[in-house]
Amino acid sequence: MIRTSKSRLAFTLLLFSALAVSATSNGAWMNKVPERDRDKQNPYGDQADAIAAGQRIFHDHCAHCHGADAEGTKKRPSLRTERVQQQATEGDLHWLLVNGSMGAGMPSWSKLGDPQIWQVIAYVRSLKVEQAAK
Amino acid sequence: MAARVSFLRSLIVIGVWLGLALLCFSVRSAAQERPYFVTYSQDMEEPGNLDIESFNVVGNPKGGDAFMGSDAELEYGVTAWWTTEFYLDGQATSDQSTIFTGFRWENRVRPWMGEHWINPVLYAELEDTSADKTLREVVGHDGNPDMLVPNGLARLDKEREIELKLILGSNVRGWNISENFITEKNFQNGDPWEFGYALGVSRPLKLAASAQECIFCAEKFQAGAELYGGLGDAKGFGTSFTSQYFGPTINWTAPNGMTIGMSPQFGLNSYSIPFLFRFSISYEIEQVFSRFHR
Repeated sequence: MIRTSKSRLAFTLLLFSALAVSATSNGAWMNKVPERDRDKQNPYGDQADAIAAGQRIFHDHCAHCHGADAEGTKKRPSLRTERVQQQATEGDLHWLLVNGSMGAGMPSWSKLGDPQIWQVIAYVRSLKVEQAAK
Repeated sequence: MAARVSFLRSLIVIGVWLGLALLCFSVRSAAQERPYFVTYSQDMEEPGNLDIESFNVVGNPKGGDAFMGSDAELEYGVTAWWTTEFYLDGQATSDQSTIFTGFRWENRVRPWMGEHWINPVLYAELEDTSADKTLREVVGHDGNPDMLVPNGLARLDKEREIELKLILGSNVRGWNISENFITEKNFQNGDPWEFGYALGVSRPLKLAASAQECIFCAEKFQAGAELYGGLGDAKGFGTSFTSQYFGPTINWTAPNGMTIGMSPQFGLNSYSIPFLFRFSISYEIEQVFSRFHR
């Protein structure tokens, strides 16, 4: 009897985990972004220095989950998808980095500060969409 | 004289162990730690990362022997909203002895997802220590008189405590502002609940990163200040017979991911230890238990 309830608990936790991860990787977070955040523009735009700086920050903080070239890992999504590269605005990505999606394992990166967050976004948006990741 | 040699020897041993521990880890990471020694910010450890830290304090209490309190900490990000940390504490007192003083286990939980103008974190810690001189928090009537008790006697006074904190933190235009409200209860001898606080403000010297890798550039430094002290206990709340400290603080993140911090801190009243010098070294290992992590 105890074993059955433990199994149920484990199954429920597993289900919640799977749902949480899927909620982030399927872009459900984009529905939470307030309009004023969605419209924010990256002050660094396509500046080459910002992209280079963003690449350094990405390798320091993001690559261990999202892969060295942002192609994703077994557990974390690729950032070269159409959703990240085209559907999401820069403001959407900024909102996600500031707030995180903690239920899905994505921490808040607000400690980096706005300039570095925008530099990471400049780098990520400089990447190409991978056909396989669409 | 022999005790002074023992004190110096223990400092050297701690330094050598730390150096060896850091050399053993080659996984590159660039932790962006706040430069606080007593204050906690709202930042959690990244999920799956393990931070190995050593915090140390050197002091010379009025009428007592110089001491150095040290702790070794293992901080692990269980999830994005839950961080757990285990401490081993020790101290060396000049002309007395070098002793292991106990262990502590803390958990921090961030109840609200997302970033708000003020972000609460709940903190709970279990402590089993005696003769502790790490001064990682100051509560109740902690102060200079506690440091005058010889190690041999202080070790007899067991502290089996629970410590609760409400951590509030905000990030405003690159500044971090953190406030901690602390309450602590020793269950060993029926002491009343004790209270304390810690406030910290800090900022990186430069917010935007450079395009080129650099070592001593401004973005690698964070500077700030801390103010902390006791607020009495349940039998007498207030600042009477409490110690209060203030000091600037700075840290530097090396290119290999190691963070080194230091802070001279000054006692603000006659009940405080007149001067404390704190220093720390930490290293973050990425995704240390990733195979067990979802």
